[in-house]
Amino acid sequence: MNKLLTVSPSPHIYGKDTTPNLMYGVIIALIPAILASILYFGWGSVIVISVAVISSVLFEFLIQRFLLQKKTTIQDGSAVITGLLLSLCLPSNFPVSLIILGSLFAIGVGKLSFGGLGNNPFNPALVGRVFLFISFPAKMTSWPEAKGFQTQFIDASTGATPLNIIKEGLGKGDSISHLMDKIPTYQQLFFGNMGGSIGEVAAVALILGLAYLLLRKIITWHIPVSIILTVVIFTGILWLVNPAQNADPLFHILSGGILLGAIFMATDYVTSPMTSKGMILYGICIGILTVVIRRFGSYPEGVQFAILIMNGFVPLINYYIKPKRFGEEVKNG
Amino acid sequence: MRINQALKTYKRGGIHPAEYKLTDKSPVQILPLPEQVTILLSQHIGVPAIPVVSKGDTVKVGQLIGHGKGFVSANIHSSVSGKVVKIDSLPDLTGYKKPAVVIEVEGDEWEENIIQSTDLKEDITLSEDEILEKIRESGIVGLGGAAFPSHVKLILPKNKKAEALIINGVECEPYLTSDHRLMLEYGEEMMVGIRILMKVLNVRKAMIGIENNKADAIYHLTDIASKFPGIEVYPLKVKYPQGSEKQLIKALTGREVPSLKLPVDVGVIVHNVSTAYAIYEAVQKNKPLINRIITVSGKSLKKPSNFVVRIGTPIQFLIEAAGGLPENTGKVISGGLMMGKAFNSLDVPVIKGMSGILVLPEDETKRKTIEPCIRCSKCVTVCPMGLEPYLLMPLTQDGNFYRLEKEMVLDCLECGSCSYICPANRPLLDYIRLGKTDVNKIIRERR
Repeated sequence: MNKLLTVSPSPHIYGKDTTPNLMYGVIIALIPAILASILYFGWGSVIVISVAVISSVLFEFLIQRFLLQKKTTIQDGSAVITGLLLSLCLPSNFPVSLIILGSLFAIGVGKLSFGGLGNNPFNPALVGRVFLFISFPAKMTSWPEAKGFQTQFIDASTGATPLNIIKEGLGKGDSISHLMDKIPTYQQLFFGNMGGSIGEVAAVALILGLAYLLLRKIITWHIPVSIILTVVIFTGILWLVNPAQNADPLFHILSGGILLGAIFMATDYVTSPMTSKGMILYGICIGILTVVIRRFGSYPEGVQFAILIMNGFVPLINYYIKPKRFGEEVKNG
Repeated sequence: MRINQALKTYKRGGIHPAEYKLTDKSPVQILPLPEQVTILLSQHIGVPAIPVVSKGDTVKVGQLIGHGKGFVSANIHSSVSGKVVKIDSLPDLTGYKKPAVVIEVEGDEWEENIIQSTDLKEDITLSEDEILEKIRESGIVGLGGAAFPSHVKLILPKNKKAEALIINGVECEPYLTSDHRLMLEYGEEMMVGIRILMKVLNVRKAMIGIENNKADAIYHLTDIASKFPGIEVYPLKVKYPQGSEKQLIKALTGREVPSLKLPVDVGVIVHNVSTAYAIYEAVQKNKPLINRIITVSGKSLKKPSNFVVRIGTPIQFLIEAAGGLPENTGKVISGGLMMGKAFNSLDVPVIKGMSGILVLPEDETKRKTIEPCIRCSKCVTVCPMGLEPYLLMPLTQDGNFYRLEKEMVLDCLECGSCSYICPANRPLLDYIRLGKTDVNKIIRERR
């Protein structure tokens, strides 16, 4: 025999999943939400999304190529996801220059300063979003109403989000039953016909994305289900105890960023726990923190902070919460 | 043909690699004798056998040529008749040189006491001790791959009792069909072998676990099992690595063998279907372990087949019989795709524990670039032992062996599910193996 054969340790066959495959899977799952945002917010949405995605990818390329002087990794799709997720939690009239600044912060500080994909402790898109939220609170809380392409985005009429209405109303001493008349119906909430971040308004589109992620086994049910269930239970208890001061669970789930956060932000591979038990604990804590911030904090929405806080606990969760080892529970019957 | 009903399986982890059972419909063919065989004296786990023939001796088929020394060892028999031309150190699969006996084939003369007729002999006349002695004498080892001497597994430690015998007909590795064909073509002999094992172990119940992709074997064996009291066939869902002892016990009985313990600690003993057949031949026909069924397969091979092969036959000879080595071959593997060992020379001989020879084309042999871990947790999800491969790899790289031990690295089966699933192409199992070796070293030093 004159040919050399390859000798390598087993296994000799590999699965089809690759990092880019999984990342593009997440992008596909975001398509319904992107389409819904364009449907409701028209050109404003198109501009916000394209500016965020292009600038995120560009910054990742520039920083890796010229500042860090190493191989660029833009083809793995993770920068596209960061850009998409950042844009989906911005208002449709958000200034282009600030979107670019937010992308730079998300990619530069949130991701690459820690060593790039796989090493960042916090979700880069949320880092960018919170940076913008704290630095430019007025711009971040003027929510154009959802009017599709009919509205010129420059002089769009702005209004409060349903969560804002509740928060401010309760602050002034209004009762929930009175305030509920001012907010959109559940049907509107479900299909997204309301003010808010461009990607968080259409619950139905986000749920479609969740179904795709679960079907393709890109994520497991543990994180989204535990977050949503916790929010339902916690707000449900508050609502039952004092219906005059608390909105019902369905309203909480359908308004604000809980679905976008639970389905796409909290499930980010890099910044979520490794075991299913850990994921459930992480989800429950996010749910509780979200409701606490919404109900008792000074911000109307708390899901972004809740996820970032729990991101910080992930290494601790991974250290203490271990999967159930085989043979741990001995049945000798 | 598959069975459509809720089937048993184990719960935690597991993967579904492509099955590639190219040869499940090919009847077993008897491979002609080669001109020369090389019989390694260490084909089993344990002490190598001591040669009891010398250069120039004439041997018959079934004659003892290597004496298993000590408790954990196995006898080695000549698989052909002819003349011993060399006793020397020759390379085995790993490339390391191991003591071996080379025999030039002359005719095919068998030892007189071996019954060559293929008639089924059902009555078990020997006593328990005689059976055990026969199994030891005949050099039977586990034919599922590990090649652990079978008589050792049948002598239970004091104060341990077996309640059930599990027969492993899972064959969860891609490509391999040797056990499948054995169950179809030698089912009754195998059943007698199981009865023999039940007699030795003094158990009333034997469970044969077979995966659903072998429905014909399930139907066939269920059919004939009615004639053999105490033996039952259990169809299982297809899932890798169900052929692993611990996973199979879990699937069939719901019991979990604790970390670093043996199946007998939960009251069961596991043997492979091929081993049961070899035991039948040894006990009922006086035939030592001199041949076995081997699947020679691969998408690029002209004639993938199942062969009955004499131990010691050069692998080149098998590959010629399957149509020759294709031009684009990049890798040849002994065993399955998931756990088999790649080797670099086709001159190495067949050994007892070899269940298949696989030929892979060049484009399937290259590994992809290692990318950073994205913490997708897929390795944790698929690990059948509940370990965390993503963590064990950096712990090995850092040399943190005390933490590795705490994270139960020694429980790893080396099934390869983690490396298979990793989207970032990380060589998780390679490092875990290294970590296991080092942790074992530390534990030995501690004693």
